[in-house]
Amino acid sequence: MDPILKVEHLHKNFEDFKALEDVNLSVQKGEVVVIVGPSGCGKSTFLRCLNGLEEIDDGKVILDDKVINPGNANITKERQKIGMVFQSYDLFPHKTILQNVILAPLKVQKRDKEDASKEALELLERVGLSNKKDQYPRQLSGGQKQRVAIVRALIMHPEILLFDEVTAALDPEMVREVLEVVLSLAKEGRTMVIVTHEMAFAKAVADRIIFMDGGRIIEEGKPEEFFEKPKTERAMRFLESFEY
Amino acid sequence: MSSFITSMGFDVLFKGTNMIRLLQGLLVALKISLISVVLSIVLGIIIGMLMSLKKPVINVISRIYLEIVRIMPQMVLLFIVYFGATKALGLNVSATAASLIVFTFWGSAEMADLVRGSLISIPVIQYESSYALGMTKLQTYLYVIIPQTVRRLLPLAINLITRMIKTTSLVMMIGIVEVLKVGQQIIEANRKTSPNAAFGIFATIFLLYFLACWPISLLSRYLEKKAA
Repeated sequence: MDPILKVEHLHKNFEDFKALEDVNLSVQKGEVVVIVGPSGCGKSTFLRCLNGLEEIDDGKVILDDKVINPGNANITKERQKIGMVFQSYDLFPHKTILQNVILAPLKVQKRDKEDASKEALELLERVGLSNKKDQYPRQLSGGQKQRVAIVRALIMHPEILLFDEVTAALDPEMVREVLEVVLSLAKEGRTMVIVTHEMAFAKAVADRIIFMDGGRIIEEGKPEEFFEKPKTERAMRFLESFEY
Repeated sequence: MSSFITSMGFDVLFKGTNMIRLLQGLLVALKISLISVVLSIVLGIIIGMLMSLKKPVINVISRIYLEIVRIMPQMVLLFIVYFGATKALGLNVSATAASLIVFTFWGSAEMADLVRGSLISIPVIQYESSYALGMTKLQTYLYVIIPQTVRRLLPLAINLITRMIKTTSLVMMIGIVEVLKVGQQIIEANRKTSPNAAFGIFATIFLLYFLACWPISLLSRYLEKKAA
């Protein structure tokens, strides 16, 4: 089967700093790929390259046989196929929860308001937040906001979901409610690329683990293999850093 | 009661056409401020947006422009344009035109700085999450960035507008007969019959300015509440 997402020889520099060096990856439909690695290893940058938020210096990102490139005229069309949730709760502060969710369906996909609202409410119900629909983001907790951000991405019916350290800015007691939503999406068979620091979560959700360091993919494999007996020394040291 | 009105100098208001003249003077001041406020808002938004692009050339020019406006008293600017330009450049600038030029020059700079500040205060993630949802640049500005910018801008802009209205009282220095000048004329003309006119006239002018600016304050409060 052809992969849904293909990354070929991706290079990305920030001036002299090589953020990504020759990164290759393919993701099958329904696969959950989790990227782990030390801070500054390029995993977030990599994710941002996947939906054209970063210019790339060399290589290709191909989604559904179409090249993703920030300069492309049809980049907005391609981005609709990619849902992204960021680390900071980035809801639009001047809009209610419902308005946040239906803004893109209405304006980008030109959907009918009634139809979009109905689906928005169903999705909000699913993450347990339909009662917050008329509230503003500032009235919600971090975890709640992050769940709304996931709904906002889901309503676009993306073919692939990108999660960029979605729990890193949350208080510990709110991490679980967000991860449970992500986990339930994985069980549904959605295609996802997840960057996270939550190792237990990575183990539970991943079909495949990618370990990055210094802008390169160092190691990849099944979660049980990676966490039980990592092949490279760098991965071993990285995993040790999570133990006390 | 009537002795109170006289001793406070309010009696002079009811003599001849004095009250109407004061109101006409206020209209002159308001006309100048209204035109320059509208021009300043339009130009300020354009300049402020250019400034937020962070292009070096624009930065240098706008920096110099802002500094000039900040350092120079408005009165000096008025004198330069009205007396200086007419003599030195041989231009025949009317007093009204000179004050419109100066107030727009000043207001645009301040407005531009407010627009720039409000624009750059919107976090980058707001743009990125809009793009990630498939929005175009135009849609991002229209639905996400501008509404948030306007909300931050509104109270600051209103403050600037009221300041501009108040500062138009300076134009009497270049011979425009606006409310303050009319007031002085009335006081002078009635010095013998109403020696206390000064208090009554200036208190009335105070009230007139208050009536001109208060609705704007109310409007701003209403808009802020509505936007919140």
